[in-house]
Amino acid sequence: MEFFLVQTLNGISYGLLLFMLSSGLTLVFSLMGVLNFAHASFYMLGAYFAYQVSAKIGFWPALVIAPVLVGAIGMLVERWGLRTVHRYGHVAELLFTFGLAYLIDEAVHLVWGRSSVEYRVPPDLDGPLFTIFTSQYPIYRGFMMLVSVAMLVSIWLALTRTRIGLVIQAALTHPQTVEALGHNVPRVFMLVFGGGAALAGLAGVIGGNAFVTEPGMAAAVGPIIFVIVVVGGMGSLAGAFIASLLIGCLQTFAVALDWSLGGITVSQAAPVLPYLLMVLLLIFRPRGLMGTREG
Amino acid sequence: MKYQPLNLARWVLWSATAVVFLIAPHIFTKSFALTMMTQMGAFIIFALAYNMLLGQGGMLSFGHAVYSGLGAYITVHALNLVGKGSFYIPVPLLPLVGGLAGLAFGMLFGYVTTKRAGTTFALISLGIGEMVFACVLMFPGFFGGEAGISTNRVVGKPFLGLTFGPAIQVYYLVAFWCFACMAAMFALTQTPLGRMANAVRDNPERAEFVGYNTQHVRFLQLVLSSFFAGVSGGLSCINFEIVSAENVSAIRSGGVLLATFIGGVPFFFGPIIGAIVFIFFVVALSGFTKAWLLYLGLFFLLMVLYVPGGIASLVLMQLPVIRARRFGELAWPYCLAASASLVALAGLVGVVEMVYHLSDVSGGTQMALAGVGFDARSGLAWLVFSVLLAAGLVALRYALRFVSERWGMIQAELQAKAAA
Amino acid sequence: MKNAIELQEVHKSFGTTKIIQGVSLEIRDGERHAIIGPNGAGKSTLFNLISGRYEVSAGRILLQGADITNLRPFEINRKGLSRSFQVTNIFHNMTVFENIRCGVLWSAGYRYSFWQRVGALKEVKQRAEEVMERIGLAKRRNLPAGTLTYAEQRALEIGVTIACGASVILLDEPTSGMSRTETAQVVELVRSITQGKTLVMVEHDMGVVFGLADRISVLVYGEVLATGTPEEIRGNPAVQEAYLGSLHKETAHA
Repeated sequence: MEFFLVQTLNGISYGLLLFMLSSGLTLVFSLMGVLNFAHASFYMLGAYFAYQVSAKIGFWPALVIAPVLVGAIGMLVERWGLRTVHRYGHVAELLFTFGLAYLIDEAVHLVWGRSSVEYRVPPDLDGPLFTIFTSQYPIYRGFMMLVSVAMLVSIWLALTRTRIGLVIQAALTHPQTVEALGHNVPRVFMLVFGGGAALAGLAGVIGGNAFVTEPGMAAAVGPIIFVIVVVGGMGSLAGAFIASLLIGCLQTFAVALDWSLGGITVSQAAPVLPYLLMVLLLIFRPRGLMGTREG
Repeated sequence: MKYQPLNLARWVLWSATAVVFLIAPHIFTKSFALTMMTQMGAFIIFALAYNMLLGQGGMLSFGHAVYSGLGAYITVHALNLVGKGSFYIPVPLLPLVGGLAGLAFGMLFGYVTTKRAGTTFALISLGIGEMVFACVLMFPGFFGGEAGISTNRVVGKPFLGLTFGPAIQVYYLVAFWCFACMAAMFALTQTPLGRMANAVRDNPERAEFVGYNTQHVRFLQLVLSSFFAGVSGGLSCINFEIVSAENVSAIRSGGVLLATFIGGVPFFFGPIIGAIVFIFFVVALSGFTKAWLLYLGLFFLLMVLYVPGGIASLVLMQLPVIRARRFGELAWPYCLAASASLVALAGLVGVVEMVYHLSDVSGGTQMALAGVGFDARSGLAWLVFSVLLAAGLVALRYALRFVSERWGMIQAELQAKAAA
Repeated sequence: MKNAIELQEVHKSFGTTKIIQGVSLEIRDGERHAIIGPNGAGKSTLFNLISGRYEVSAGRILLQGADITNLRPFEINRKGLSRSFQVTNIFHNMTVFENIRCGVLWSAGYRYSFWQRVGALKEVKQRAEEVMERIGLAKRRNLPAGTLTYAEQRALEIGVTIACGASVILLDEPTSGMSRTETAQVVELVRSITQGKTLVMVEHDMGVVFGLADRISVLVYGEVLATGTPEEIRGNPAVQEAYLGSLHKETAHA
C-alpha cells in the first residue's frame, strides 16, 4: 500500500514534469505547425543554465533567470532560423529543429564536458514533506508539482483571458486575417516559440536537480515526449495531459517492479514500455487518445 | 525527380560510375583510403535506400537504422553459422540475407509506422527506433549486449578463389553490391509504384482520388527501402566483422538523414554525394578534432537554411551556366565567397577548439592549430580567432551579395535569350 | 433506367452545424446533371460526401445500385466514379504527361507493380496521350504542372479526372475563374468527354448550366429545393425567389 502510494505520487510528479514539456511542444505545434525537435534540448539548457546560476547566485534567482535565458534563445532561433525555413515546408522546419537539437547537444558537450554536473536540490527544499507509513516524501517533489501546476494554470489563463492570448488563438487558424487586422503575427510567433522554449527551460530548472543533469538528458527524455504527443493525439493538450500522467506512472512503477516475464524483469523492460504503448495505440487507435490535428 | 530524357547520357553516366568503382583503389592506394571507400560504398546504399522514403515517398524517418542494423545482426549470425559449418552460403551472397531480414522487419514495423503520415510518421519512426535500441540492450543473448557480436568473414569455402580476407577483396564485393543496388533502386523509380510514390509525396489526397490507397503505397515503398537498408547492414557486418547496438542507434539513423540531406534529397544521385561527404567527414575529420560532430551539425543546419536542395542542387544549378559558357563570369565571385568562408571557418575552428580545450580539463590547455602552438587561455588567441570569425562573416555577406548579383544578371540574360 | 448515383436522406453536420439536411437525389444513368444554388448551400460538401472525402452523418449513397456510403475515396474511384476539384488539385511537380499517367495507372491494371518499367507500358502511354489531346495540352506535355496558366491547370484537372475512364464523372465548378472564351472551350471539352457517361456538375455560370445540363437540381441551405429540366427550373417560382431574392438583397445593400 505504501509502495503503491509513494510510487503513484512519484509517477504523478514525473508525469507533471513530462506534461510541462509536452504541453509546450503541443502549444508550439498547434499554433505554428512546427514540431520542435529541439524542445528537449531547451529543457537541457534550462537545467545547465540553472546549474551555473545557482552555483554563482542561488537557486531562486535561477528559477527566473534560466527560463528567461532559454526563452531568449528560443526567440532568436525563431527569428533567425525558423522564419527562413518556414517557406520550405514542414519537413524543412522539422529538419531544422533536428539539426538544432544536434547542435545544442554538441555545444553543451563542448562547454560543460561529457559527464554530469553537480546540480543539486537547494538545501531549503531538501528534506521530507510528509511521511507516508515509513517512507518520507521529499519536499522537492511537492515543489515540482506545485511549479508545474502553477505554470500550466497561468498559461491557460493567459491564452483564454488575455488579449494576446486571443490573438494567438486566432492566429492559429487565420494568421493572414489576424495580420490584416493589424497584429504583428511574426512577432506573435516569435513570442510563442520563445514561450515554449522558456517553458521547457523551466522544466529543466526544476527537473535537472531532481534527476541527473548530463549531456545525454535531452536524448533521454526527448523521445518520451514525442511518444506522449503521439499517444495523446497530435495537437491535443488534454491528450498530452492524460498521456503524460499515464506514461509517468507507467515508467515510475515499472522501474520499481521486479516481477519476471520470460527471463526479463519488468524493471529491465521499463525503457521499452512507453514505445510498446505507442505501438499498441497505433494499431488500435491511430489518431491517438484525443487526436485532433493531422501532422 | 528530374530525369534526363537522353538515354545516351544515362548510359555514359552509369558506365562512368562503374569505371570509377573499378579503378578507385588504384588511384587512392593508401590503406585508410581503401577502408574509407569500402565504408562509403555500404553507406551509399543506405543513403539511397533512405531517400526512397524521404525524397521519393515524402516520408521523413528518424529510425531507419533499425532496418540496416537488424539486417546486420541477422547477417552476423548467419556468418557465424557458416563459420561453425551448420549452414552454408557463399560470403558474397550474405548481404542478401541482410536484405531479406531488413525486408521482414520492414513489413513488421512498416505496418504500424505507415498508419500515419507526415510529422506523426516521423515521430513514430523515432519511437520504433528507440524501442528496438532498448530491446537490443535487453536481450544480450541474441544481440550481444553493449559489446555486440563479432564474427570472422574468412570462413567457409573460398568463393571463386576469394577468401574476402584482404581489404581489397572486401572493397570489390561492396563496390559490386553498391553498383547493383544503385541500378536496382534507380530502376524502381521508373515503375508504377515508383511514380505513384512520387505522386503520394506531392499530393496524397489526389492520389487517393485516382484510385490509390496512399497508405499501401507508402507501406510498399518502406518495405522495399528496408530491403536495401538491410543489404547495407549486411555489407557493414562483413566489412567490420562486428555488429553492436550502435548499428540500430538513433545516432546512425540521424547520420543517414544528415548524409542524405547534405547530398540533396530531390535528386536521385544526391544521397550518393551525401554519403561520400559524410563518411569523409566522419572518418577523416574525427581523427583531427573532438568537435567534428559540432561542425557537421552546423554544416547540416546551414544547408537546411540556405541550400535545402543539397550539394546536388548547387552542382545542377551550374550546368545551364556552364552550357552557356558563362561560368567564367562566376569564377571571381565564387573565389571571393570561398575565401571569406575560409577566413570565417578558421576563426570558428579556433574558437571551438579553444573552448574544447578549456572545458576538457584532462588535456591541459596547450594546443596547436595548423602547426602553431599556443595556450587556450591566452587572450591574444581569443582575440585573433574572434576577429577572424567576425571579419570572415562580414566579408562573406558582401561576397554572397556579389555572387547573387552576378548570378541574377546571368540568369536574366539567359532567360531573355531563351524567350527570344 | 438505372440510377448512376442515388442519395437517400443524406445528412451531414460538422459539430452542431448542419450543412446537408436530408438530401435525396437521383442521378440517372447517362444524363448530364447540374447542381446549382447560392454560396454556402452545400454543393461542394455534397460532392465530398459522394466521392468519399467526408463521411455522412446519416443516410445512404448508392453508385450503380451498390452502397458506397462512407467508403474511402480510392475504393469509390475504383468502382467507377471520378471527381475534379474546385481548387486545382494536381501534382504540381510532375509534368502534364506524368499527371495524366498517374490517373491512368490504376485503371489500366498496373496497381502497385514495382517490377515493370512504366515507360514500356504502351497502353498506358497511349491512353495518356489520348487524354492529353482531348484536353488540348499535348503541346505542353513536358512542362511541370505548376508552371501552366490557370486555365491550362483547370484543363489538366479535368484531364486527370477523366484519365481513369470512369463512367460517372463529378466536376466541381470547372469554369470557375475563367474568361468567356476559356469558358466556351471548357464547355465544349466537357460536352465531348462526357459522351456516353454520367456527368454531375456544380456550376455558378447559368449559361454553362442551361447549355449543358439535361436536368438541374437546386440546392439551398442543404436541402434540394427542386429538380427538373432547365425549363422547369427556370419557370419554378420558388427557385426564382431563392435566386432573385438573393440578387435583390445584394442590390439593396450595394
